Amino acid sequence: MPKTRDPDPLVDSEEKNSADAPNTQPLFGRFSRRSFLTQLGAASLAATTAPLAHAAAATQAPAETTEKTAVPGAVPVTLKINGQTHQIMLEPRVTLLDALRENLQMPGTKKGCDHGQCGACTVHLNGRRVNSCLSFAIMHQNDEITTIEGLAQHGELHPVQAAFIEHDGFQCGYCTSGQIMSGAALLKEPIGKEDVDVREAMSGNICRCGAYNNIVAAVQQVRQSA
Amino acid sequence: MQAFRYSQPKSIDNAVEANGRQNSKFIAGGTTLVDLMKLNVEKPTALVDVNGLPLDRIEPSSDGGLKIGALVRNSDLAWNSDVKQRYSVLSEALLAGASPQLRNMATTGGNLLQRTRCYYFRDTNYQCNKREPGSGCAAIDGFHRIHAVLGGSEHCIATHPSDMAVAMMALEATVQLRGAQGERSVALNDFYLVPGTTPEKENVLEPGELITYVTLPPLPQGTRSHYLKLRDRASYEFALASAAVVVQVSGGKIQHARVAMGGVGTKPWRSKEAEQALQGREANEHTFRAAAEAALKPAKPLRDNAFKVELAKRAIVRALQVTTQTA
Repeated sequence: MPKTRDPDPLVDSEEKNSADAPNTQPLFGRFSRRSFLTQLGAASLAATTAPLAHAAAATQAPAETTEKTAVPGAVPVTLKINGQTHQIMLEPRVTLLDALRENLQMPGTKKGCDHGQCGACTVHLNGRRVNSCLSFAIMHQNDEITTIEGLAQHGELHPVQAAFIEHDGFQCGYCTSGQIMSGAALLKEPIGKEDVDVREAMSGNICRCGAYNNIVAAVQQVRQSA
Repeated sequence: MQAFRYSQPKSIDNAVEANGRQNSKFIAGGTTLVDLMKLNVEKPTALVDVNGLPLDRIEPSSDGGLKIGALVRNSDLAWNSDVKQRYSVLSEALLAGASPQLRNMATTGGNLLQRTRCYYFRDTNYQCNKREPGSGCAAIDGFHRIHAVLGGSEHCIATHPSDMAVAMMALEATVQLRGAQGERSVALNDFYLVPGTTPEKENVLEPGELITYVTLPPLPQGTRSHYLKLRDRASYEFALASAAVVVQVSGGKIQHARVAMGGVGTKPWRSKEAEQALQGREANEHTFRAAAEAALKPAKPLRDNAFKVELAKRAIVRALQVTTQTA
């Protein structure tokens, strides 16, 4: 297979760029998958309500009105994510994963099983990898949180990110941000040198496509060049 | 998920006081509790976050053993140099459990209080005496391949899922508790309860009582230990059967032996029968097999889990072989 690598169409362009300068242009024009789907939803809503054209004004901005609605029981929560402090109102039931994705518009961290079994939601808390689905956001007001959006520094991919691209460490890409966050964290963990040690240390990240061999190769390349 | 009030007390006394109310729970790593709250199996109306309490140290204890704070994370405990050198069974058990992410979250106290992985307990559509006392047990007549062969009753056959606690059983750990009535310490073996007629009561904790420390006594000179875990996958899976052994041999004879099993009991299962079969005997396969037979003699297997009886025996024999091998 040719090894030419186009920008991965399966990763949201906003996710790829948000780690860098906020004004970077998305890779595919003005649309990301997420913004496309959001607008598609709004368009179909408008289409189905077309006979009620006089009500169209009310359907124009549903997203904004829901965001401004106060959630009962929400309390002020301060989270430090990728070096930036965010102050938001959160219900205590909101997991760190949902806070990132739904309240802070950082969808790079993925929701797979939502029960700590797949690792797609892996983020770093004070440099250590954890499952963000199994923790309430309100419990992490004193922690330094790092997500996939914050892994690249100064426009340079993290070595594990670059190695995943070089070694084709994914197919569908859904588990990839969790795999990369795990791979980046294990560089600092006291594990053995062999492939079998990496397999064990990456066992908390499930890949349904079965890209495991390439994931191990990517992680090992970074460990060996460190 | 049931809504809850959240508080983060800064002292142990405040935490104990805050958790005195009904339907209140402590939360530390959250790896079991949040999971079960999402399933509506756990429905606390108040959570007391204990992560701010000063219980995150591993220190030498006055008798030459080790004192482990209840908030020490599983990964920190597994990689602690004292634990690796002197209590390797504990380090091995911890590293055999869960995933690196979960071990970075899960705490020593929380691990002891893990709830069972019984499918019927985790699914509110089924009867479960542990979840809803008196509703019945769907596992006994249901699919019970992963269930217990030791310590079950007609009301519950759910296994205790912890690996760490099995190693701590073989190390004769003691649990320090703090409650409204003050402090007390309980041997880990007495901390856990078998289901009997009250499977919802899994341990001797009183309402509001907090685990503060786990202490490990010093081991006799020259003691070796090992944890062997057998499961459906090579990693990231609960035990079908596991063995924690702590053995000291001199002059070819076994002078000190502690044996505990995971994956087969309704609590982390220490076998004094196996220990008696080892004590003073020659360290050979014949002795190990006799100990394994003694350990599983009380087993009451059901249709789907009978394989665990032989699997657990082999786990004990193999763990004893590894531990007594001369280098």
